[in-house]
Amino acid sequence: MLDDHVDILRLEKITKTFHIKPVFGSAKTVEALRNVNLSLKPGKALALVGESGSGKSTVGRMIVQHYEATSGRILFEGSDIADIADRASQMRYRQAVQMVFQDPFSSLNPAHTIRHHLQRALRLHQPDHAGEADVCRILDEVELDPNTTPDKYPHELSGGQRQRVNFARALAVNARLIVADEPTSMLDVSIRKSVLALMQRLKAERGLSILYITHDIATAEYLAEDTAVMFRGQVVEQGPTSDVVGAPKHSYTQLLRAAVPDPRQRLLAGDSGFSSHAKDVREASAHLVTGMIEQAPGHFTAQQ
Amino acid sequence: MKQNNTPLLQVKDLRVEYLTAGDPFAAVQDVSFDIHQNEVLGLAGESGCGKSTIAYALMRLHKPPALIRSGDIRFEGRSILTFDAERLRAWRWSEVSMVFQSAMNSLNPVMSILGQFSDMLKAHGKISRGEIIARTAEMLNMVGIPAERMHAYPHQLSGGMRQRVALALALTLRPKLIVMDEPTTALDVVVQREILQEVLRLREELGFSVLFITHDLALMAQISDRIGIMKGGEIVEIGTTEQIVTNPQHDYTRALWSAMPVLEQPKEAGANVR
Repeated sequence: MLDDHVDILRLEKITKTFHIKPVFGSAKTVEALRNVNLSLKPGKALALVGESGSGKSTVGRMIVQHYEATSGRILFEGSDIADIADRASQMRYRQAVQMVFQDPFSSLNPAHTIRHHLQRALRLHQPDHAGEADVCRILDEVELDPNTTPDKYPHELSGGQRQRVNFARALAVNARLIVADEPTSMLDVSIRKSVLALMQRLKAERGLSILYITHDIATAEYLAEDTAVMFRGQVVEQGPTSDVVGAPKHSYTQLLRAAVPDPRQRLLAGDSGFSSHAKDVREASAHLVTGMIEQAPGHFTAQQ
Repeated sequence: MKQNNTPLLQVKDLRVEYLTAGDPFAAVQDVSFDIHQNEVLGLAGESGCGKSTIAYALMRLHKPPALIRSGDIRFEGRSILTFDAERLRAWRWSEVSMVFQSAMNSLNPVMSILGQFSDMLKAHGKISRGEIIARTAEMLNMVGIPAERMHAYPHQLSGGMRQRVALALALTLRPKLIVMDEPTTALDVVVQREILQEVLRLREELGFSVLFITHDLALMAQISDRIGIMKGGEIVEIGTTEQIVTNPQHDYTRALWSAMPVLEQPKEAGANVR
């Protein structure tokens, strides 16, 4: 985390406050992110784990510039993305950083074929490589049939196949960083693993960096070298996945870890301590983080 | 778990077809299974394998173009396929209730929680306002929600709380069987665990059977007594949870298990996770 030169992405002291003015009721502010620091090395994957509402998607959306940070800096390959001024560098950044969304059913245009989706991305970012052969090559790379898929419409594909098209679209523009926001959570459990395997392969073969946003801590260890756990807008634990998921130190990570369904462990009616324990841990973890303690090299937990 | 020998629910050779422009599509093909008293039966399978169709058919909630072509569904020995509309209406919810898929969205958004309890209670007998409030408070307490939240509207509750309300609604009339169709799919793991723990505690207290439908085998193995594995409208394997987990017989069951991202055991295996 100390070496500036090697990080493809770096978040420094990011804070994000939303001001909500509902039609009825009084305006309020929501602190979505509080002093978040993250870093991602090229060709690696960082898993951002947390429950719904913990701020993990906000981080993803800030990276692709849907939201601006209230304070703090986001560095992409060493330069602050807030400083991007001219159109050409804006274009370069958008080409380098691509997002894959949670819902594979709504993130493709239902009125267009898969060929259109890929060619459009190719024409915008690589006008010289927008031919049929390139579409086939990219589809082949995400393990979709290059002969039949281009003429299909999104509704003719399954959820897993559609998610593959979304990754193909990111590959078409030669993205270097993919922000994958819950890419597997709307898929059947039985095909999640194959989509994870695709991401793993893209990372290993093409050297893609992946920010993998998920609420499923079980899938983090399939893909990510590093894991950061978020709760109520703060990072409560981060470090190598083998440490964070394998031997969690923070009580919230331990709670998340314990709640992952394990077929070898039967739930019993008498085991009602879980809820009260969960409530205590949530309350304790919501406090402001005052500092990070290094548990092992690179493995940090929040001090609250 | 069995209290007597007649199963609570017997499904025999059930066939449900969807009428299409061409040949009818059989979503459920000659499926048979029993649910005993106080038992949790799990039905697992991929999307589109017919598990939700079974759930709807059990309560005769299926709508055209779906129709039950053949087979029988017997509840405490009575064939529910012969019930007339009036009897069916009284039977539903008081003896068999359902927690729907994405139960958090199955509540009426323009009605307070109390209103939804009131609707349901009034539909099943004469009841005074005071009794409705007392009953609602009792049920909310039972699932761990403070009684004063009964005046809240669904959007004012979190996803987990809405799920608990849906569960409380399903339990109010003390049914003998609750059908749960992917009851926790939209929730994160901690909340999911809390709710399932609640279901098991209430089952101990009240004594009901559960048909638990999900595609998450690991979760199912944690709470079911027996598990049926479905594929393409058929049950390919049914057995005790222990057998399905440790000694699956059918290739498809084994394929489902190998496709699941399951965490390594950290406590026993130490730090060696990868």
